[in-house]
Amino acid sequence: MVELVSAIENRELVSAEQAPSQGRTGHAFLHRLATHPVSLGLILPGLAALIYELAFRLGLVEARLLPAPSHILAALYNLARAGDLAVHVVATSLRVLAGFAIGAAAGTALGALTGSLQLLRRLLDPTVQALRAIPSLAWVPLFILWLGIFEASKIALIAVGVFFPVYLGVMTSFANVDRRLVEVGQMFRLSHAALMRRILLPAILPDYVGALRSGLGLGFMFVVAAEIMGASEGLGFLLVDGQQLGKPDQILAAIVAFALIGKAADYLLLTAFTPLLRWQDSYGRAREAARIAQRRRRER
Amino acid sequence: MLILDRLTKTYDGGTAALGEISLRVNAGEVVAVIGGSGCGKTTLLRLIAGLERASSGNITLDGEAIREPHPAIGFVFQEPRLFPWLTVAENVGFGLAHLPSAQRRQIVETALMRVALDAYQDRWPRELSGGQTQRVALSRALAAEPKVLLLDEPFSALDALTRANLHEHLLSLWQAYRPTLLLVTHDVEEAVKLADRVIVLQPRPGRLFAEIAIDLPRPRDLLSAAFTQAKGAVLDALAMATEPVRIAG
Repeated sequence: MVELVSAIENRELVSAEQAPSQGRTGHAFLHRLATHPVSLGLILPGLAALIYELAFRLGLVEARLLPAPSHILAALYNLARAGDLAVHVVATSLRVLAGFAIGAAAGTALGALTGSLQLLRRLLDPTVQALRAIPSLAWVPLFILWLGIFEASKIALIAVGVFFPVYLGVMTSFANVDRRLVEVGQMFRLSHAALMRRILLPAILPDYVGALRSGLGLGFMFVVAAEIMGASEGLGFLLVDGQQLGKPDQILAAIVAFALIGKAADYLLLTAFTPLLRWQDSYGRAREAARIAQRRRRER
Repeated sequence: MLILDRLTKTYDGGTAALGEISLRVNAGEVVAVIGGSGCGKTTLLRLIAGLERASSGNITLDGEAIREPHPAIGFVFQEPRLFPWLTVAENVGFGLAHLPSAQRRQIVETALMRVALDAYQDRWPRELSGGQTQRVALSRALAAEPKVLLLDEPFSALDALTRANLHEHLLSLWQAYRPTLLLVTHDVEEAVKLADRVIVLQPRPGRLFAEIAIDLPRPRDLLSAAFTQAKGAVLDALAMATEPVRIAG
């Protein structure tokens, strides 16, 4: 029976290998370009920029309020050349990094405690949920009073923003771990620590990555708020500066920079966890595997 | 020897899952427990596994009282319950974390060889078929070499051909390790094919109804007259056990 199954699998493999490669090389290149996730994702923003640039050149829009993409790129280039852009990007990134690290660590630890121990959940969760109901920006005056107007209060605000989605994600995913898998651990008489390390943590990992990503997104949201309220450097400062000096191209340049580093940070986070999630049996992963297999076949 | 002494289980809501059950199972014996739904078959296994506490009565294994999961008692669940984040080999070695890795690898390899899955060591569970995952689950439970293996309808979700194949695997594993097997099933043929003794339970609350010894040599011929006769005896007992009780008026 086993031999029979593997024989069938082998035959499928052989026939797949023998399949003639489709189309000519040029065709294949275009096809790959069109189906590559990165080039595909660039089509919409690229097209929008092109259309606006055209409208601008034809004089159809007011240049003073919404500058052309070429002007935004020029502003970015000038900022980069003067070295200002690097300073602002680094300042913002470091704030997000510090706030994210603190908020994610606290959210993970507390979420793991309330998620895995019912007594602690009943004791602590109502308070945390009440705090979560407070709009995070409401803390700003208090943080400034406590921590001053410099870095500490900004990082605290970002950490608060990151904390709640991470906490909530960790707690609910702990509560949702399949009881049946936990029972297997009980049959092997795992200690509480071993149960946590060998079953609960791996089981929540996919949800945890999701929680960290939404935490990171909120981190970027709150860094803007913190920097708009008073900073001498950072992308948020560029926004305020652009507004006060009437330079919409600088504002848009900062917004573009935000989009780029936000996307890059999210990508880095996802990439860091990918090797740990290879086991997942999900629709997206199956499609990904099929795509890679198809590309390999074509390259052969 | 595994001894169940006047075991009962009543759940918090007042539902009596098990009436009084007493049973002796010898070391190395294969006992099948059969009965319709509501017989408390699964409850019985979960009590012996130590996953639940009995309301009254005692369980002893070789004189030692069982109240919580015991290293000498293994469990194969109805679903394979493999850890999706571990490879096949890591799943089989899950209960052997206390052993040095070379020894663990050795045991895992042997265990997988016995179910003809040694070529699948580095696969993820998602890459296996239903029958293959249940074979891995069998290996995982037996790799720890329990004295008693509890099986809760482990073949019920499989097609007939795969099920027959797994019966063979189970019997060859039993011959290799010689554990006591306590198999819960609702499949009469499965019970008669595998067991030395078939226990028929009566529902609501679960009680012992009949005990039928299967004195047939292994491997058993499913088409022989003796096999058919044994099957008939179990079917009759099962029919009588599950017959609705008439209220005398």
